[in-house]
Amino acid sequence: MKSTSISRGRRAAAAGTLALALVGSLAACGNNDTSGSGSGNGSTGLSGTVAGGGSSAQETAQEAWRAGFGQANPDAKISYDAVGSGTGRENFISGSYKYAGTDSAMTSDELASAAKTCGGDPIQVPVFISPVDVAFNLPGVKTLNLDAATIGSIFAGDITTWNDSAIAQQNPGVKLPSTKISPVHRSDSSGTTDNFTDYLYQASNGSWKTEHSSDWPTTKGESAEGTSGVVGAIQGGEGTIGYADDSAVKDTGLGIVSLKVGSDYVAPSAEGASAGLAASELATGTPDTVMQYNINRTTTDPSTYPLFLASYEVACQSYDDKATADIVKGFLTYMISDAGQKAAAANAFSAVLPADIASKAQTIVDKIGS
Amino acid sequence: MTTHEPTTDASLSSARRSDRGDRIFSGLARAAGLTILVSLAAVFVFLLLQGLDGFHADRQYYEPSASGFLGYVLKLLFGTALAAVIAMVIAVPFAVGVALFLSHYAPRRLATPIAYVIDLLAAVPSVVFGLWGARTLAGLSQPFQAWLNHHLGWLPFFSGEVSATGRTILVAGVVLAIMVLPITTAICREVFARTPRLNEEAALALGATRWETIRYAVFPHARSGMIAGMMLGLGRALGETMAVTMVLSAGGPLMTWQIITSNNPATIASNIAARFNGEDVGIQSVLLATGLILFVFTFAVNFLARWAIARGERKFA
Repeated sequence: MKSTSISRGRRAAAAGTLALALVGSLAACGNNDTSGSGSGNGSTGLSGTVAGGGSSAQETAQEAWRAGFGQANPDAKISYDAVGSGTGRENFISGSYKYAGTDSAMTSDELASAAKTCGGDPIQVPVFISPVDVAFNLPGVKTLNLDAATIGSIFAGDITTWNDSAIAQQNPGVKLPSTKISPVHRSDSSGTTDNFTDYLYQASNGSWKTEHSSDWPTTKGESAEGTSGVVGAIQGGEGTIGYADDSAVKDTGLGIVSLKVGSDYVAPSAEGASAGLAASELATGTPDTVMQYNINRTTTDPSTYPLFLASYEVACQSYDDKATADIVKGFLTYMISDAGQKAAAANAFSAVLPADIASKAQTIVDKIGS
Repeated sequence: MTTHEPTTDASLSSARRSDRGDRIFSGLARAAGLTILVSLAAVFVFLLLQGLDGFHADRQYYEPSASGFLGYVLKLLFGTALAAVIAMVIAVPFAVGVALFLSHYAPRRLATPIAYVIDLLAAVPSVVFGLWGARTLAGLSQPFQAWLNHHLGWLPFFSGEVSATGRTILVAGVVLAIMVLPITTAICREVFARTPRLNEEAALALGATRWETIRYAVFPHARSGMIAGMMLGLGRALGETMAVTMVLSAGGPLMTWQIITSNNPATIASNIAARFNGEDVGIQSVLLATGLILFVFTFAVNFLARWAIARGERKFA
């Protein structure tokens, strides 16, 4: 009596679940339309799981890209772990990440190890450009004109007050107080620091003597954790000056420095950063599928803004599993495409890739197969 | 004395039931204790294995602060200890005072809500403390730090160039003190409340004032409990990461007595948080090695404190 009705109920439940599972798997089968049109139109209906990670500068852009790519490919599960560029490259070489985001290009040792993992040369393409601002906090002053030599001296501790002649000369008519300058830098390893020190080393004409490095090379000055920490520290004191991603600085009301390019002073802008990458040369001596830019920080073209961060994506040319290869190829294609770059610009306030760089990158991404 | 052996079936089975319950409970308790010991050992082994390479890594990882692991970790230990000492110097008198107030001076109706609010402090996430410390407390305290620098700058602690943002190890110590307060207060409050009433009444009967009662009846009994509370608080102060990382303007491993400048010594925990996700993964083993040293240091401090208490109590007996 009781047991019969229970077993009847159980049988009904089992039958229902089986039916649902059958329908679900049939539907999934039907969605396997792996049409990868390589002209940047993007693929639809891909399915599978792909793990990636790396640069935290790309984190917001990666969210936008996953959202955009996921609209056309809802069954493709892509993850991005912002563990930092170094760990991202290491995990890519070990095989746990199928693709990685990195603020610095891979070294020749890393390229060799990645070639072993991938069974061939890896690919590396630029996907993300972001201008970096030099921001300061002086009541009543919204913008200052400074050249790289002066900025180098400020951050090296050689210029100590705001009304120093080097600053006053470039800003006639601006009332500069005698407040002490407090330079602020990142306490954590960061691609922003790497690009800022690279700019200072290349363009400051000797006032900044250390080569580019992700860790701030001196122990003096105020240090803060993360981009928001630096912006908070600049806002928290008077006479502070620091460097941070443009997306975090604009709309905060902090003063922003216009950098000297040639004989003009240029304010930070997305277009300027794009032009800056376009004005840079590809490094030689790397495999054909690896794009690495030696960023030109000493350009004299006033349409360029030389202080920016360029971030790359690395992947293998072939994967053991066709589904992974298709997803990585489709995702990277979306990243470089017009739609992807516009999505990143809207959400992460990045600069779009210049057209010729994007098409060169697309040619390389098209080589991904299985 | 004659023992009555159970002869009926019912009493035999009830004895077996309570024996089984006894065995299950003692087994569970033993398992719980062993699990904790195993977890602790597992953390130690993890730090040891992953950090072993860090003791003799490439010189570049220790520069520019030091040329070898010993110099690197000693400077970090100094910073850790300095922040913890500032925190404990502020927190312990407050904690003991509040605990005494709650257990001996406050009316019942007031004591319970105050105790509740202090316990709530422990529930605030450390990130929130870090944000509050960096954005609000540092800015508010900057004029005070400038005053200290101006008038007491002859003391080594307040010398140097005062920070413009106020994010110094002094403020980090204050934030740590606020985080340490609830733990130490809670334990001290419990211990003070457990003082034998007979001792207190005897002291009062002999004509002691309230403070003398506390000094002669409460404190001696509560001493080991107070030290336990302080050790827990010290453990938190030594290991706190996020709050210190966000508040402190650290210049890396550094040995300096100046506590109100921009150039502060980093603590072991804040150094790990700042450097772990870097470009060069080679530094990770160095950081884990410093983590191991912190683990050993905390253990040693705890052990020393308990040994000192045990010696003191033996003298008493």
